[in-house]
Amino acid sequence: MADKVLMKGNEALAEAAILAGCRHYFGYPITPQTEVAAYMAKKMPKIGGTFLQAESEIAAINMVYGVSSAGHRVMTSSSSPGISLKGEGISYLAGADLPALVVNVQRGGPGLGGIQPSQSDYFQATKGAAHGDFHMIVLAPASVQEMAELTIKGFELADKYRMTSMILADGTMGQMMEPVDLDFKITPEPEKPWATTGTKLKRNHNIVNSLSLVPEELEQLNIARYERYKTVEENECMYEEYLVDDADIVLVAFGITSRVSKHAIDNAREQGVKVGLIRPITLWPFPKAPFQKAVGHAKAFITVELNMGQMIEDVKLATNCKVPVHLCNRVGGMIPDHTQVYDKIMEINEEVK
Amino acid sequence: MENFKRITLLCGHYGSGKTNIAVNMAYELKKKYSNVAIADLDIVNPYFRTKDSIKEFEKRDIKLICSKYAGSNVDIPALPQEMYALTDDRQMHCIIDVGGDDRGALALGRLSPAIKEENDYDMLMVINCYRPLTRDVPSTINIMREIETASGIKFTGLINNSNLGKLTTKQTVIDSLKFADGVSKASGLPIFCTAVKQGLFDRKDGSLKNVFPIELQENIY
Repeated sequence: MADKVLMKGNEALAEAAILAGCRHYFGYPITPQTEVAAYMAKKMPKIGGTFLQAESEIAAINMVYGVSSAGHRVMTSSSSPGISLKGEGISYLAGADLPALVVNVQRGGPGLGGIQPSQSDYFQATKGAAHGDFHMIVLAPASVQEMAELTIKGFELADKYRMTSMILADGTMGQMMEPVDLDFKITPEPEKPWATTGTKLKRNHNIVNSLSLVPEELEQLNIARYERYKTVEENECMYEEYLVDDADIVLVAFGITSRVSKHAIDNAREQGVKVGLIRPITLWPFPKAPFQKAVGHAKAFITVELNMGQMIEDVKLATNCKVPVHLCNRVGGMIPDHTQVYDKIMEINEEVK
Repeated sequence: MENFKRITLLCGHYGSGKTNIAVNMAYELKKKYSNVAIADLDIVNPYFRTKDSIKEFEKRDIKLICSKYAGSNVDIPALPQEMYALTDDRQMHCIIDVGGDDRGALALGRLSPAIKEENDYDMLMVINCYRPLTRDVPSTINIMREIETASGIKFTGLINNSNLGKLTTKQTVIDSLKFADGVSKASGLPIFCTAVKQGLFDRKDGSLKNVFPIELQENIY
């Protein structure tokens, strides 16, 4: 029998979390991520773990805070409206420098929106999940295999930098089925000397807290945290390049739209149009290097997004607005098919000729 | 695939391939009978629905019975009132695509007394040994029992749909036959057919019995 199994993105993510040593899951059902909770509900009791359906998303994120304080790998998952509810807790995690994994399988918004796929929480994930100065490490999978791989990576980075890692998937990534190889090398969890595990009368109390009583100290905490973020930006950017080297037009897309884009690129290449793709895998830190390289030869960029134009702002920043950046998008749960992206490539190609 | 009963029920673990098989069975059924319906009774998964193939059904004059909310943003477990035609209209041949696992099969409970009373049905379990929670015989049998309890109907046969999506080869299918036989022996149920992607096996090449070639629903990614 083959080593691969056929999994839904949500299942692969849940299984990868278990492989990464996560034994605590807190969540609340919401389409299109419910299979994560369903999988955990089936599996956790069998391996001595905890699955708990909280009374709300807010309760779930605060349970994450508690388990993380005690030094264990822990996660929660939801979809867009549920992530907004978790915002306060995510800010508290950042304020207390606690590692955690938060999964957002996005659906259309704003408000209750819809249940079909979307990427309209890009701003929320990368710039403003909640109050205060902080960042999350944001990972954007583009296959079921990556749903698993980036989940493991997310736990590792969260522990390494004492940050929240977010998996920013969309409904399609959660729901689609693909073969997955789950044979991963897991790096052991690091020691967490800061965790509140009991002093056993051998050390001083560890305190996990996001409240600072002295303004000067709070200032220093913020500055130190941003020094740490700088290290993350220098070391942890991930991206994929596809036919970028000679490209006149560079598409930029993450998640499901990167797959649609590749299809359109292949068709446009057959017509002799030099077009490629930069796929950011970390959305924060946003990978600037491939853009600084591409801006030397590219005449235009096109971002392909399931939102009204959010990542496009980071592309403009990364390219210093040296060449035009266009948007090709669908929203409300709709996904552009490859012909829409192809037509946009051809339209821009006429302009830059 | 010779003898279709009036009602063919497709159940199984979620993601086992019920919907794709249901769609293709409806096409097959239409070749033999004029009055054919396909019913989507999935109350669990709002993505990837029978309704995705609505144009094909219209082209082939197959009646689609599904919640009017299927494919919309209304995320509620609603069943269509037309579903009573499945048991009331005995001139109609139908394929019923039931939701995954025992939770999905619960919806069948409303129809099961009438289905059993008429007694002209097959209740088929779709199995795939490449799905992580049904990789072996005991776990598959376990899910079968849960579905029978929830639906109130006993299985009458199996459909081996073992596949690895796009990576499926002839060998993938051949490797699954031992598993399918194991489930058949343990449950005492016959293998109704082995579903394979169209073109993978020739119906005449004889290396596999009861091959049911299926067209996959359109995938834009």
